[in-house]
Amino acid sequence: MLYIFCPHCGSRSQNEFAYGGDATVKRPELNKEISDQEWNNFVYLRKSPRGKHLELWHHISGCRQWIKVERDTSTHEIFKTYKADELTE
Amino acid sequence: MQKYSVFSLIKNAFSDHQNWEVAWKDPTPKKEYDVIIIGGGGHGLATAYYLAKEHNITNVAIIEKGWIGGGNVGRNTTIIRSNYMHDDNALFSEFGMDLWRKMSQDLNYNVMFSPRGIINLAHSDAQMNAYSRRGNSMRLNGIDAVLLNREEVKKKIPMADFSDNVRFPIFGGLMQPSAGTARHDAVAWGYARQADSMGVDIIQNCEVTGFDVNNGKIVGVRTSRGDIKAKKVGLCVAGSTNILAEMLNMTLPIETHLLQACVSEPVKPLLDHVVTFGAGHFYCSQSDKGEMVMGGDLDGYNSYSQRGNLPTLQHVLTEGIAMFPFLSKLKMLRTWGGIMDMSMDGSPIIDKTHIDGLYLNCGWCYGGFKATPASGWTFAHTIAQDRVHELNSGYSLNRFNTGDLIDEKGLGTKTWIS
Repeated sequence: MLYIFCPHCGSRSQNEFAYGGDATVKRPELNKEISDQEWNNFVYLRKSPRGKHLELWHHISGCRQWIKVERDTSTHEIFKTYKADELTE
Repeated sequence: MQKYSVFSLIKNAFSDHQNWEVAWKDPTPKKEYDVIIIGGGGHGLATAYYLAKEHNITNVAIIEKGWIGGGNVGRNTTIIRSNYMHDDNALFSEFGMDLWRKMSQDLNYNVMFSPRGIINLAHSDAQMNAYSRRGNSMRLNGIDAVLLNREEVKKKIPMADFSDNVRFPIFGGLMQPSAGTARHDAVAWGYARQADSMGVDIIQNCEVTGFDVNNGKIVGVRTSRGDIKAKKVGLCVAGSTNILAEMLNMTLPIETHLLQACVSEPVKPLLDHVVTFGAGHFYCSQSDKGEMVMGGDLDGYNSYSQRGNLPTLQHVLTEGIAMFPFLSKLKMLRTWGGIMDMSMDGSPIIDKTHIDGLYLNCGWCYGGFKATPASGWTFAHTIAQDRVHELNSGYSLNRFNTGDLIDEKGLGTKTWIS
């Protein structure tokens, strides 16, 4: 069982959360010509690192806020959590 | 190579089975190979075997970080099927079914292929319609498919929950009678033994630490047991694909996720087929030892640990009990996990890359085991001829760029939900 520290509610079990994937992916800028390659990068390509991974989680059975979690993908250690709009280190 | 037969068994019985030849050697890596396959799992071993058998390329090494067959080929639920709707998947898998049927003879190794049939249960009229469409698509591609109504399902699996007051009543199901199971370890060992006998070097405990690329062409692999030159290199490393891709500065449409499976204590034979739950993600069959072999959802977040977490297991088994209430009475014998290369459309990639002489085989999601022979066969062709075969032409790396996705389930790019 993972315990995730929600910046709004405190430590909760993973059962309250839904996973939202890689938080470092950036949508191509609006009002600009976007190439197929840029769309491909945004929609499909993922680094999926072994080790530190910044990811989105949705506290769906809690405060319903999206948060960012920095977690190790091989040990599941959670280093830090952030509010969705908070800048990460 | 010693042929396995009833006569060799009797002969060796006289010497207390002490004089069997080793099944494969333990060579030190040579300086150079024509082809290096990275990953000594089912797909890598099959690729090496078909390179030697079909293309006469025997100066081949398989490099494996751990031991052969220690990854997903030893961790799956042994299901073999070709019940796909899309042509690319259907034709590829059905080609594989043919290889499965001949495998034990071909490899002189009993892989215990058991075509016991798979039944996908339907729990609504809409699902029956969808299965009817899928079944018709399968039959158009020459694959056997039978649509079963509720009574027919009840005859085949009477232990399923057919009571009146259930949340997901069984309306019927789609059956592929020629689908089945095989002994997964035997598949790895059989391919390894034959590949070894044809001259392939199987190098275990050898971790890849980097690649030598010169002018856009692969020239060798750096490993924990020294640098090895190679004209061609094939990647067959499933959940570890992204780790190697990073060494090559490639980003792939793949995420690595954890999938769990489990077996119950052994019980007397009661389930003749492979059965899947249609209102969730749960599948079940009974092994020859009598254990119920079960699996279901991914753990749901990127993971490289080969160990699962309990909430997912609980969720999966809840679905299992909804389908087969008797499961709640069984004790769990073992649970384990493996790391899956989840592609963004749920279909695999077998293709060349932008680096000359480097080939990619990944993205097998839930369906790697059943694809072992077809994947090895087509990957060997792709490597040997430096061009894809018709059978894997749809499994291109570029399809995400061009929009030619093979989205069998149409679930989008959230690999952890698909």
